[in-house]
Amino acid sequence: MRVRIWKVATFAALFALVLGACTREETPPADQGDGQAEEAQPAASLLDEVLDRGTVRCGINNTVPGFGFESAEGTIEGFDIDHCVALAAALFGTDAPEEGTHYELIPIDADNRFSALRGGEYDVLIRNTTWTSSRDGTEGVQFTKVNFYDGQAMVVPSADASSIDDLDGASICVTAGTTTELNLADYFGEQGLDFEPLTLEDYDQIFQAFSAGRCDAVTGDRSALAGLAPTWSEEIGELTILEDVMSKEPLGPGVLEGDADWADVVFWVTNGLVLAEELGVTQGNVADEISDPSTPGVAALLGTPFAADEEVNVAHGLEIDDTFMQNAIAAVGNYGEIFDRHLGPGTDIGLERGLNALWTDGGLQYAVPFR
Amino acid sequence: MEVVATPPRTPLWRNVRFRRVLGQVLFMVLVLFLVREVSFNLQFNTAARRQGLGFGFLDSQAGFAISDTPIEYSSTNPVSRAFQVGFWNTIRVAGLGIVLTTILGLLLGIARLSPNWLVRKLSQGYVDLIRNTPVAVQVVFWWSAIFLALPRIQESVSIFDVAYVSNRSTVLPWFRLEEGGGIWMLSLAAGLLGAALLWRWRSHVNERTGEPHHRVLWSTSALLAVAALGFFVSGTPMEADVPDLLGRNYLGGVRLSSEFAALLIALVIYTAAFIAEIVRGSIQAISRGQHEAAEALGLRRGQQLRFVILPQALRIAIPAINSQYLNLMKNSSLGVLIGFYELTRVSKSIITGRGNNLQVLLMTMGVYLAISLTISLFMNLINRAVTTRGVR
Repeated sequence: MRVRIWKVATFAALFALVLGACTREETPPADQGDGQAEEAQPAASLLDEVLDRGTVRCGINNTVPGFGFESAEGTIEGFDIDHCVALAAALFGTDAPEEGTHYELIPIDADNRFSALRGGEYDVLIRNTTWTSSRDGTEGVQFTKVNFYDGQAMVVPSADASSIDDLDGASICVTAGTTTELNLADYFGEQGLDFEPLTLEDYDQIFQAFSAGRCDAVTGDRSALAGLAPTWSEEIGELTILEDVMSKEPLGPGVLEGDADWADVVFWVTNGLVLAEELGVTQGNVADEISDPSTPGVAALLGTPFAADEEVNVAHGLEIDDTFMQNAIAAVGNYGEIFDRHLGPGTDIGLERGLNALWTDGGLQYAVPFR
Repeated sequence: MEVVATPPRTPLWRNVRFRRVLGQVLFMVLVLFLVREVSFNLQFNTAARRQGLGFGFLDSQAGFAISDTPIEYSSTNPVSRAFQVGFWNTIRVAGLGIVLTTILGLLLGIARLSPNWLVRKLSQGYVDLIRNTPVAVQVVFWWSAIFLALPRIQESVSIFDVAYVSNRSTVLPWFRLEEGGGIWMLSLAAGLLGAALLWRWRSHVNERTGEPHHRVLWSTSALLAVAALGFFVSGTPMEADVPDLLGRNYLGGVRLSSEFAALLIALVIYTAAFIAEIVRGSIQAISRGQHEAAEALGLRRGQQLRFVILPQALRIAIPAINSQYLNLMKNSSLGVLIGFYELTRVSKSIITGRGNNLQVLLMTMGVYLAISLTISLFMNLINRAVTTRGVR
């Protein structure tokens, strides 16, 4: 009997091994060629999924004034949020996209944004995220277009310091999970200055430490600091954002690598907003331009024929209607309008266009043509 | 001739032993299958996203600075070095924490049973409050409400002009070893050895003749004498290192950052509440007879505790206290919430910009596991040693 039992056991173990060996062949080899990996991805492309679902989920920030900030009433508004709304308008053909129906805003913190993207918690990350090689590579993010050229800066109480050299040996607060920590070390190393980092979870905690004097300065993206400085200076006194540009921080929407169609759509919508400003199409005149485009360029942008009897002169080949920019611009306006609404000189943040002006005005925003 | 009837053989499918073995084999097959599926899924997904599963990143530059580090470290050091910093910071918190919390917990546990009404009620209140609030909240509370409220570094409170307290750190004077320090260390080692030998000799004398051993007195005075002698012979190799304000920081002395202090204090206070309850429970577990006998011998309350009750009670308490030590060590990972660079905080910084969460987190868990197992091993040895003695 004992011999019998062991025979059965051995047979079962061998069976398991054989099963294992056989199934190994079936698993799609991931390193063979570039096309293979995409085909082997589960189900349809992300673009199809989003179109079927009818809602686009955007991973956003809700703690940075101007970019993505939750007001006291609970509504989230900002530069990045408008880009998400434009995307929703373009995808679903509505010029008044509703939160919850056409788009969902999913606040996510810096530490987890990439794992959440990889995990499929949202479709596109529009969260003042810097485009870097390692994020493109190991983090698996596909960046589309830079929607804001930023740089890392330092904010200090005006009474304490006027230049970066005054901060030798200082204690500097920085947010965890960002490139800021790494840039800070590099920049101070280059300048030959010492510092002591205090890495905290978010700007709320940083504010606590900064106002108590635990840290002498705070470093972060200039745009974020510009947004926070007005509220902070009420507690701390006058603040200066130092001139030094500690790093390049090109911010833009990102999607998960591997779906070229989805990445294309996000790119072209973002690009289209800049092109609209270049061509002079605004939220106010877009309706007129649709019925009577002033130039062939405008016609191409809006997906309408230039002359009454012509065909639409651009076929994008994207899976969405060629008229996608019509709704996007009607919903949020062009790039300049979005900028002025949330970050411009008229707002609390009061940023000049600077690097984010159009290329024709000496800035870096350059739209790829619709042709 | 006798006919011996052989019992009929049960068919295989009704044989209980066979079914048990079959059940186990099938279960093992299922587990192996699941493990294989998960590992394949992992390999496929990471390959599809071109993320490696290797450990090469350990040699790459860390890129971030650490302010509170017990060993030399700069942002250009490799990631493995950053890991070491995190490890030593965790050990600092856990080591000091365990010592302090034992003392506090022991005192509190005894206080819980004090005949003095006020002492009893205060310690009960303490335990009830601390045990029933989350430890994460307590850590943040100590840091933001207590330590951040201390004066700024430009306005630090000075203690006799040799120590300074501010919301950034507490700097204390320390000593620096000059030349001749090595010789002095050797003489100290010799002194310790001598003290240990004296201890044994006096205990031996006490057992043989019943003469009071006074071994503590003998050993410590011998140690101090040798230390003092060695100190002067090697040319007084100790210099006072008094902190001095230079710009924004203090040079010299030993610095305890606010984050370290807040984490340590919060964890000590939290774990002490649990240890107090364990100690109280184990004292109450000692039979009434022991208390009465000790009292009948004419021992004062303090002596009763020290000679009769506690030795028995603590033996019972050791396994439970072991778990509390492990809790304290693992709770040190809450340093993440206040920016203290212990192991978990360092791993998160390493993951930033690299995306290799899996390897880094596995390594971190591995280190915590190793530390836990070491603590448990040590406690089990103690447990075995005292139990054996008790049984004998």
